[in-house]
Amino acid sequence: MDLSYGSEYETFRTEVQTFLEKHKDTPTQGALRSENVLNWQRTLIENGYAARTIPKEYGGYGAEPNILESRIIAEEFANAQMSQGQGGQGISMLVPTLLEMGTEEQKKQFIGPTIRGEMIWCQGYSEPSAGSDLASLRTSAVLDGDEWVINGQKIWTSTAHMADWIFCLVRTEPEAPKHQGISFLLFRMDSPGIDVRPLVDMTLNANFNEVFFTDVRVPKDQIVGQRGQGWLVANSILGFERGSLASPDAMLMRLNALIDLMQKETINGQSLMTYPSYRDRLMQIQARVMAMQFNDMRILSSRINKNQDTKLASMIVKLQGTELRHELEALALDVMGELGMAIGDNPYLRDKGLWQYHYMYFLGLIIGGGTNQIQKNIIGERGLGLPREPKVEINK
Amino acid sequence: MEFGLSEEQILLQDSVNRFLSDQVPLDRVRKFAEEKDAGDDIWQGLVELGIPGLIIPEASGGVGLGKLDAAVVSECLGYHVTPAPFIGTVIMAPVALIESGKREDLLRAIAAGESKVGVAFGESIGARADAGIEFDGSKLTGKALFVLDYLADFVLVATNDKKLLLVSSDADGLDKRELTTVERTRRTGELVFNNTPAELISEDLEVYLKVLDAGRVMLAADTLGAAQNMIDQSVAYAKVREQFNRPIGSFQAVKHMCAEMVANLEPCRALVWYAGYALDEVPEEARLTACHTKAHLSEVGKAVSKTATEVHGGMGFTDLLGLHYWFKRIGFNRQILGAPELIREEAARVQNLVT
Repeated sequence: MDLSYGSEYETFRTEVQTFLEKHKDTPTQGALRSENVLNWQRTLIENGYAARTIPKEYGGYGAEPNILESRIIAEEFANAQMSQGQGGQGISMLVPTLLEMGTEEQKKQFIGPTIRGEMIWCQGYSEPSAGSDLASLRTSAVLDGDEWVINGQKIWTSTAHMADWIFCLVRTEPEAPKHQGISFLLFRMDSPGIDVRPLVDMTLNANFNEVFFTDVRVPKDQIVGQRGQGWLVANSILGFERGSLASPDAMLMRLNALIDLMQKETINGQSLMTYPSYRDRLMQIQARVMAMQFNDMRILSSRINKNQDTKLASMIVKLQGTELRHELEALALDVMGELGMAIGDNPYLRDKGLWQYHYMYFLGLIIGGGTNQIQKNIIGERGLGLPREPKVEINK
Repeated sequence: MEFGLSEEQILLQDSVNRFLSDQVPLDRVRKFAEEKDAGDDIWQGLVELGIPGLIIPEASGGVGLGKLDAAVVSECLGYHVTPAPFIGTVIMAPVALIESGKREDLLRAIAAGESKVGVAFGESIGARADAGIEFDGSKLTGKALFVLDYLADFVLVATNDKKLLLVSSDADGLDKRELTTVERTRRTGELVFNNTPAELISEDLEVYLKVLDAGRVMLAADTLGAAQNMIDQSVAYAKVREQFNRPIGSFQAVKHMCAEMVANLEPCRALVWYAGYALDEVPEEARLTACHTKAHLSEVGKAVSKTATEVHGGMGFTDLLGLHYWFKRIGFNRQILGAPELIREEAARVQNLVT
C-alpha cells in the first residue's frame, strides 16, 4: 500500500492548478456547439486536459496514457469546479471504438470533429423488443447497390434530438446466428427517413428518444468492422459505459451536499442531524460511499500494477454504485419529509429540486446500461463461474 | 501509487492460510468447540509463524510489521474460523503497551508466544446488565462481562471512564466464570473484581481509542474472511448441487443471491485494507474509518451469512455441514467491541455532526 503519487506527479498537479488559475474567469458553459463551449474545448485539447491520449494525427493531444495524470486532472478540475469539457457517447464510446476498430479514413473523418465538440453523436442500440437481450435486435439493413437501406426502430436513444450522427447496430445477416448477424453502421441523423420522437420519462424530462427508420439510405462504406462483426465492436465499448454510470467522486459530492442539507434543515427548529434515526442512516450511507471510493482506488491501482486482480471489484461497480446513489438521494427525500416532494415552482423547493430528480434518474440508471439483474447474471456467470441458464427450445 | 497488498503481504497471507488449511480444518475447530480443549497446538503453530509478535517492534523481539499486515492475518483467521487469542494478545495488548511505553517485559513475552492477554472493553463502550468497572488508583472494583479470552495470563481492562489497566489472572480478589455464547471458537467469561490489584497502563483517552480502533479493524477483517469463506462455499455448492436436473447455480434466484453477496462484500476488502493502513499511516482518518469499517462489515457480514446459509438450503441449517461456525463467528464480531448502531453514533461524533 502506497498512496503517495510521487514528486513528478506533484509537479504535474501544480501545472494543472496553474492552468486552472489562469482560466478561472474563462466562460466554459453554454449550449452544445456554442462558441464558449467550442473555445473551451479547444483550449483543453491544446493543453492536454481533454482528448489527452488521442493521437495528434486525429486531433488529440497525443500523450501516453497515464492513469495517475488523468486522475490528478479530474481531481483538480473538480476542486476548481471547472468544466472538463465535452463528454457524451461520441467522445466516451465511439472514439475509443474507432481507434480500436475503425479504418484510417474513419478515424480521420470522425475523431477530430467529435473530440472538438463539433460533431454530436447518439447511440442506436436498444429496441422495443431488444433490451436486456440486445443481440435479438431487429432493425434491418439491406444492401442495395452501394447503399444500406435501413428500416426499424430504436429506443432509449439519449441526445438523438441533438445529434448530428448516430452509431447504430443493425441486422445485416438475418440468417446467421443472432450474435453474428449484426453490423455497426455510422450515419447522419438528418438522413431522409429518420423520425425522432422525444420519450418523456418519470422525471417529466425527455432524457431519451424513440428513433424510427424508414428506408434510410447509408453509404456502404460507413460500417465499422466487417459485416456481421457489429456485436464484437459494440461489446468492446459497453464496458466503458457501465463503470461511468456510478462515479464515486460524484457520489462523494452528493454525500457532502446531503450532510449540508441535514445540518441546515430543521423540524420544530431542531436540525435534522439531531435526529438519531436520520443520523444512523446517514452514517450507513457514508460507510458504503467510503467503501466504493476505496474500491475505485483499488481498481485504479490495478491498472498501473498489473499483478493485482480486480475482476470482481470492477464487475460490481455499476450494480453497487447505482443502487447506493439511489439510496443516498432517497435519504435526502426522507429527511426532508413533505419538502422532499416539492418540484418546479414550489416556493419551498430545496437545491433546485435536484434530490427528487436524481432519486428518479438513478432508478433509470439502475435499469439502463444493462439492468442490475443482468449485472447479477454477469457477476454470477463471468465472475463466479456459475452455469448459465439452459436455453429454452423455441418451436418455430 | 499502489492500493493493494504487497508481495510480502500476499506471502504472509499464503503461509498463514496454508498452515490453517492443513493443521486447523473444520474438524479441529469442532474439537475445540465441543471438547473445550485449550487449542495449544493451534497457538503453537501461529507462534512458529511469528504471529504473536506481528506488530511488536523488532527491538522488543517482534516482527515489526504494520496493522495492514495484521488485518491480512486476521482475515485468514476469520476465513478458517480459527480459535486463537488474536484480538487481545496480538493486537490490543501490544498497541496499549507500545503506545503507553509500559511493560516492555510483557511485550517481549507476548512476542515470544509466552504470554496471552484477554480483553475486557465492553463496559467502557456501554455497560450492560449493571456491570461496570471503577479504578481507585490502585485497585479495581466491579464486574466485566463477555471478556474475550478471560482465562489468559493477563487481561487488559478498560474502566467505565476509559482508563486502561492490566490485571494478572492470579490476582487477589478476582473471580472468573465462563459465559457461554453461540460462538464457540472464542471463549468469553465474566470477571468480578473485589479490590483487585491492577497496573495502570494509561489514562490517556487517545491511547484507549487507538487500542479500540485497532481491535475493531481486526474484527472487521475477521468478518471479511469469514464472509468470503461463506461465499466460496456457496458458489462451490451451487455448482454441484442439482435440482430439476440442473445445478441450482444456473437458476437466477440462486445466482443472484451469490452475485449480491459478492457485490456487497467486494468493496469491503478495499475498506478493510484502507482502515488497517490508516491506523499506522493516516492518523487523522483512522478513527472514522475504523468506526465505519467495523459497523459496515458487521452489516455486510450479517447479510452474507444469512444468504450463504440459504443458498445451501436445508444442509446450510445443519450442524453436519458446519456452516454455522462462520455464521456465529460473524455474529460475535458484530456485537463485541461495539454493535453497529453504537459505533455509527461514534462515527457521527468523530465528525462533529452531533455534540
